[in-house]
Amino acid sequence: MRNIDKIVNDMAKARGAVVVDSVICKGCGLCVEACPTNTLQLAAEVNDKGYNYSYMAAPELCIGCANCGAVCPDSCIAVYRAKA
Amino acid sequence: MIDTVNPIIAPENLIYAKSEVLLDNIMHYCPGCSHGVVNKLIAEVIEDMGIQQTTIGIAPVGCAVFAYNYLDIDWQEASHGRAPAVATGVKRLLPDTFVFSYQGDGDLAAIGTAETIHACNRGENIVMVFVNNGIYGMTGGQMAPTTLPGMQSSTCPFGREASRDGHPLKITELLAQLPGTSYVTRQAVHTAASVRKTKKALRLAFENQKLNKGTSVIEVVATCSSGWKMTPVQANKWMEENMFAYYPLGDMKNE
Amino acid sequence: MKEIKLMKGNEAIAEAAIRCGADGYFGYPITPQSEVMETLMALKPWETTGMVVLQAESEIASINMVYGGAGCGKKVLTSSSSPGVSLMQEGLTYLAGAELPCVVVNVVRGGPGLGTIQPAQSDYFQAVKGGGHGDYKLIVLAPASVQEMADFVDLAFDLAFKYRNPAFILTDGVIGQMMEKVELAPFKPRWTNEEIEKNHPWATMGKKQRKERNVITSVELDPYKHEDLNKKLQAKYRLIQETEVRLEMIACEDADYLLVAYGASARICEKAVEVARSKGIKVGLLRPITLFPFPTLEIKRLAAQVKGILSVEMSAGQMVEDVRLAANGVVRVEHFGRLGGIIHSPSEVVEALENFFLKA
Repeated sequence: MRNIDKIVNDMAKARGAVVVDSVICKGCGLCVEACPTNTLQLAAEVNDKGYNYSYMAAPELCIGCANCGAVCPDSCIAVYRAKA
Repeated sequence: MIDTVNPIIAPENLIYAKSEVLLDNIMHYCPGCSHGVVNKLIAEVIEDMGIQQTTIGIAPVGCAVFAYNYLDIDWQEASHGRAPAVATGVKRLLPDTFVFSYQGDGDLAAIGTAETIHACNRGENIVMVFVNNGIYGMTGGQMAPTTLPGMQSSTCPFGREASRDGHPLKITELLAQLPGTSYVTRQAVHTAASVRKTKKALRLAFENQKLNKGTSVIEVVATCSSGWKMTPVQANKWMEENMFAYYPLGDMKNE
Repeated sequence: MKEIKLMKGNEAIAEAAIRCGADGYFGYPITPQSEVMETLMALKPWETTGMVVLQAESEIASINMVYGGAGCGKKVLTSSSSPGVSLMQEGLTYLAGAELPCVVVNVVRGGPGLGTIQPAQSDYFQAVKGGGHGDYKLIVLAPASVQEMADFVDLAFDLAFKYRNPAFILTDGVIGQMMEKVELAPFKPRWTNEEIEKNHPWATMGKKQRKERNVITSVELDPYKHEDLNKKLQAKYRLIQETEVRLEMIACEDADYLLVAYGASARICEKAVEVARSKGIKVGLLRPITLFPFPTLEIKRLAAQVKGILSVEMSAGQMVEDVRLAANGVVRVEHFGRLGGIIHSPSEVVEALENFFLKA
């Protein structure tokens, strides 16, 4: 329970969020490189195709800049940004 | 679990998602391939301009041979290098449609050089998208007309030597010299900023077609991490350090 | 009121293309067919019917412009002569593979290589057996007069669209260059885009309100699907073979010997039939009008009647192979023909017939 509380608390600081379609993601890592806040990482686990897909490792850091979406060759990233 | 508790992930906050012009087919391109980005940008421009119903794409032979599986528009698949001639036939007979060719370096700058130059020289009112990654990807990493001096490929395993293999062809500079072209530019898609610039360039090219301004050529200097035998991130770095010196980015012509 | 004009075969192709409502012509100059594009450019159909005429940078480009236009469901054609048609073979196999209708005219000259600008019939194999790669067929029409040059453009378009297949007019420098009177067909309006969308729903004209996008392609990497595609093509070719054979028979009813000839050779053989009959030799002529589909059954039937068949072509003997296959050993089949751009005379044909079949 305490863990979830912490995550929800951290969420409040975040201005953006990224949803990666981990089924389609090929784990190229370009979004990880393009992320200015180190929000994204490649997962230790692999998807059905054997790729270490990208995910929000540090969701509290996301600023919703959409750089990850822009460079993604497989169009598997959706980006959300909280309204000010 | 995290997603379910993230209040930001709500429809009203969505600022970037897959273009509606893209189909659900998973792209056959290798991980990190620039083609995927360029395919997507064309889809986004078509969506933004509201021209999905009136655009016809001409796919090449090479890695983008199956581009027609990704954009939900009418397509013709051309033989190797002939996309500009096919595009000419389409545009001449359907002048009210938007027509673009999508070609790689082998297609546009080697086997199809004549078709490329003459389509541009006639000022065919089309968009030519040229993805230059300096290698033949589909056939397994052979030397391309744009392979850099010293760069290794499976048909120049010890590096390209100008005395034997000739020089890398700066065909885009050549096309900019032709009076038929109105907009000729070289862009890249390795960073978010460059992706946004390339999208602007593609938008301008399609707008030019609406104004009957002649041929627009958008070269995208691209990576081929599989062919270059690097990770996608390494390939981007290598491209910045090596390709951009020979193929500098920027507009060559904008009339 | 009939419109009758004296014109060259090549001019007739151009005139007929405009009149049958063609949408586009893409070509590259080559002797002996340059009058096709010259006539079109002089007639300026873009000002009347709206037909597009464009001189391409090569035959490779012109056949691919045809591919583009054909993919849009438009009536497009090109013309060339032997070396130029060799360059078009890549485009033709793609057109056949993508099942696109179009018309291609080959005004044949002598080869191989740069050869000669004189007439020949040495591109039969290339046209009929498929000059490009893969298992495919073109519908091949062989006009023997300037009138047929004009008439076959419209016919070729009809067949091309009926079967979604390239149609080929295999003619030669004689028919292309000679002048005869032609009764011109009345003008047919070009199809509107709405008519094309309705009648040719496969055409790429922009997705419009269609649910599914249209894709013109000949690539299929799944071998099972690709086998199915090939089977579908073969079924189409069988249907064409069963349905579309066209031929002319002259004096065959009582013939003891049969000449088989197409195009200019058939014109010469018509005279040869007269010469032979004046000498008391009962000779008939079978003129294939379609080379694919080939009149196999008719030749097979006549093979049982005659004592010998002579295939007469301005080549080293190409069609003779199909004649032999049709006769299937029932009767002796020989070939006669001059090479290198030389046109055989009727008396040479009769002499050859006598030498093969009437001398001990």
